[in-house]
Amino acid sequence: MKMSVRNLVKSYGNHTVLNGISLEIAEGTVVTLIGPSGSGKSTLLRCLNLLEPIDDGEVFLDGEDISLPGLDANPIRQRVGMVFQSFNLFPHMTVMENIILSPTRTRGVAKAAARVKALELLERFGLADKAGAYPDQLSGGQQQRVAIVRALAVEPEVLLLDEITSSLDPELVSEVLDVVRELKSTGMTIVLATHEMGFARDTSDLVCVLDGGRIIEQGPPSQVFTAPQSERAQLFLQRIIASGRL
Amino acid sequence: MVTTTSRRAAYEKTRKRRSIAVAAISSLIVVAAIVILVPQMPRWDRVRTSFFNGEVFRDSFPRLLDAFVLDVKIFLWSAPAILVLAMLVAMARNSRSPALFPVRVFTIAYTDIMRGVPVLLWIYLIGFGVPGLGLERPWNSPLLWGSVALVLTYASYVAEVFRAGIESIHESQRAAARSLGLTHWQTMRHVVIPQAIRRVVPPLMNDMVSLQKDVALVSLIGPIEILRRAGVDKSKFANFTPYVAAAVIFLCITIPLTRTTDYLLERERRRTTGTRVRS
Repeated sequence: MKMSVRNLVKSYGNHTVLNGISLEIAEGTVVTLIGPSGSGKSTLLRCLNLLEPIDDGEVFLDGEDISLPGLDANPIRQRVGMVFQSFNLFPHMTVMENIILSPTRTRGVAKAAARVKALELLERFGLADKAGAYPDQLSGGQQQRVAIVRALAVEPEVLLLDEITSSLDPELVSEVLDVVRELKSTGMTIVLATHEMGFARDTSDLVCVLDGGRIIEQGPPSQVFTAPQSERAQLFLQRIIASGRL
Repeated sequence: MVTTTSRRAAYEKTRKRRSIAVAAISSLIVVAAIVILVPQMPRWDRVRTSFFNGEVFRDSFPRLLDAFVLDVKIFLWSAPAILVLAMLVAMARNSRSPALFPVRVFTIAYTDIMRGVPVLLWIYLIGFGVPGLGLERPWNSPLLWGSVALVLTYASYVAEVFRAGIESIHESQRAAARSLGLTHWQTMRHVVIPQAIRRVVPPLMNDMVSLQKDVALVSLIGPIEILRRAGVDKSKFANFTPYVAAAVIFLCITIPLTRTTDYLLERERRRTTGTRVRS
């Protein structure tokens, strides 16, 4: 397993957001987290990236416990990249500067080499002409693709995508999802939280339905979307279908 | 199509012309009121000779300019010290590490105490007090300790400006930087502080302009800078014109300073953002 989560518990004050999550993420697969808002999808991703301290349980990366208290999180975060719903590009830096910041600062890559690599990535995702632009000069879809490139420039082994299409206009969603499909084809291990049910059904290897901080259903998309076992998962899917999102 | 475009253009043109006319007329009225009304005041003649005396002005201006060099010097070594100290204080107050708790308490006490007492009092207390400890030359210079007093008080104000800037940067920016593997300090250095500084440039300039003037307070513990020189000349000529001349010299520095900053800010804004809401 590339990553494993065992009995993960996370709470804010009295509110338990994640209540005993266990999950196996196989190398080269796409694992999709779906579920109603507030079910803990984003928090789970943030815990996998070690952005949030956890209260109980373990997270393993390549069999190594990365949730041990006192462990230096920075090198681990370089192995587990993350892309956010609101892009979070650095507005005072150009696209190029956004992308080469981490490679040059955290692993001492020379600026020139980092630029060459960044340009390759930008070219691959049709953004080569935007290298000198500032984030505010780009469309939402372009910004999100830049954010993905920025995460990829660190050469992560796992990519966490937190509702990366949720703040995009409908016609821009597909250009970002295409990027994810391409990454899947290259064998990248991806964990993503999404509300794009059609995409989840077509692209995932494993789908997990979260509700109230628990995984209430998990399995291949064919099973989860057509014959969910638990009552709450059935209810959630019914609502999704009723709203025309599947 | 052509008619709508030209109609819009014509409308914009009239609107622009009208606003220019309004601005010109209102400025004219204000200036005219001052030029016409002020000389009609009963003592205007006396004020003119004692504040706007051309001869005294010409005579004292070069001396004041010489003395002003000291003000500029004090400003030039105090301002960088203030910015550095203020940034350190702001970052210490913003740290979240439990180990730095005593430092946080100390910086809070520092800002509260320094801001709570008038600058002038600090200049007296530190400028006379510390050399009074019996330090040897050059460590007993009132110029040195007056500057230190300025730095300590201004840094407490500027630290609050920096802190506000740092806190205004959204948490998601830190999250993005940390998710890329940057350390806390790298995140501060490359992501948070550059954005925070850009955001607080206007209040920062406010404090710098204010400092440029408060430098004159150091004269009260000895050094002969422009304000003190103007005082000397005032007594010599029994005329207030040197003060007016000093004011003119201050303005020659502070106005270009603020105008340039505004220009740079506007250029930066235009460079990094695409659009602007119509007026």
